[in-house]
Amino acid sequence: MMEASCSKTRNPFTGAEADAVRIKVDALSKKFGELSVLRGVSFEVKPGEIFVIMGPSGSGKSVLLRHIAGLEVPTQGSVAVDGLDPTLESTRERVRLALVFQDGALFNSLSVYDNLALYPREHRAGDENAIRDKVMRSLRILSLEKSAGQFPSELSGGMKKRVAIARALVMEPQLLLYDEPTSELDPVMGATISEIIATLRQEYSVTSIVVTHDRELALTISSRVGILMGGKLMSLGLPGDLRNSRDPRIVDFLNPKIDVEHPRFKELETQDIP
Amino acid sequence: MKQIQIVLEGAGSLVQLLIRTLSYAGTLPRQWARFIEQCYMIGYTTLPIVAVLSFFIGTVLALEAGYSMEGFGAKQFIGSLVGLAMARELGPMMTSVLLAGRVGSAITAELASMKVYQEIDALTTMNIPAAKILVLPRLAAVLVMMPVLIVISNIVGWFGGAVVARYVTSIGISSEAYFAALRQYTGFKDVLNGATKAEVFGFVVVLVCCNIGLNTRGGPREIGAAVTRAVVTSLIMILVLDYFVTKLLE
Repeated sequence: MMEASCSKTRNPFTGAEADAVRIKVDALSKKFGELSVLRGVSFEVKPGEIFVIMGPSGSGKSVLLRHIAGLEVPTQGSVAVDGLDPTLESTRERVRLALVFQDGALFNSLSVYDNLALYPREHRAGDENAIRDKVMRSLRILSLEKSAGQFPSELSGGMKKRVAIARALVMEPQLLLYDEPTSELDPVMGATISEIIATLRQEYSVTSIVVTHDRELALTISSRVGILMGGKLMSLGLPGDLRNSRDPRIVDFLNPKIDVEHPRFKELETQDIP
Repeated sequence: MKQIQIVLEGAGSLVQLLIRTLSYAGTLPRQWARFIEQCYMIGYTTLPIVAVLSFFIGTVLALEAGYSMEGFGAKQFIGSLVGLAMARELGPMMTSVLLAGRVGSAITAELASMKVYQEIDALTTMNIPAAKILVLPRLAAVLVMMPVLIVISNIVGWFGGAVVARYVTSIGISSEAYFAALRQYTGFKDVLNGATKAEVFGFVVVLVCCNIGLNTRGGPREIGAAVTRAVVTSLIMILVLDYFVTKLLE
């Protein structure tokens, strides 16, 4: 477990310091039509923390992440990034925020190199040589140098995910949001991604929020872990607390047993639809 | 009631997109490559089909006019009819319809696909507004390319009319007489009015198609539905605006 201790983040490429980012989610609720996806979720993420959100599929993790990224407007409650509304353009101008999407969300009409170079070019972060250095360094970290000229349609699912992470690194973010960063990756690359997330925290104090099903990642590198179930935050604490939890739902979620004699889906079949 | 609400919401988001896009107008000089790419897409690749369409509109106009005006002994005015009809109405209208079908549908499909596959969300988190890099270059390109397309459409249409007037034996007017009548009744103001109409239609078509593309939600089926909606809305907008712009330019 790692403790947040710094109040400044350092740019991974230039070493320049910036204020570390604090996240405050306050009684956040979200409805899509009649469907209630988030129900009064509240938590805070301290500057430089790695905050992991776990939970079953469909529990609202990705929607929560999209709120923090400013891509969704809350039905009730609020999200504050450094005290600012993340849906505003002015907030994104002040806070460098990167979101690693579950499916990569790469620009399909651009090569891998141009996908990474788009952000520094648009924000005029140095001349073309400096941009090339940053892009190639990010690609090297993710073992993608040879794929620079390829297009996203020519990449496997795992490679797309690595390109998405490389693209986020080029942005030199103060706040990094990951949506299932280790899914579709082989165990070694999954461990590499976990190490990258931890290194960004250790060396540069980047605030990270990770949505994942990866138990190893959550228990190894996180500062704190939140468990989201049915749109509610069921548990929030240190990784050790989670490991020792006696809540049967959390125990079952973290250590699911394959029971061929009493399969779960049979139980679900007999339950009433709410 | 719900239909009215949908129309009003669409109009509102269209105005919002326009205001947002115009607020980035100062960044256009830095988007030279994107602007040129869009000029190529909107102008150069549309040119052959505009030319073919205009040629045959000119021929049909001359043919119909020839049959009708023969009875009044007014065949010598075919040139003026084709000239005015092409310059003021059919050139701008048909070129804009073509733009909606060919370019507008492609724009909506591309932006809707980017929206559905979260590329637009990725741009938002990167603080790169879609209005700036996706809409502005397209709007600027259509404003530059529409007058070019209209001038070519008019010239080719007039030429098509001249071919029919000269070579269809029942009409049989010399090219000199045809163009003399065309020049006598078709002035620079008529061509300018037509080009102005085309500018308005082209701008609205591209804006509508961008807006529908950027507001697409769902999956691949919704992309197809968005393209259909964009083309139909564009065609309706062209026809409605045609009356008002014509009235305004009188």
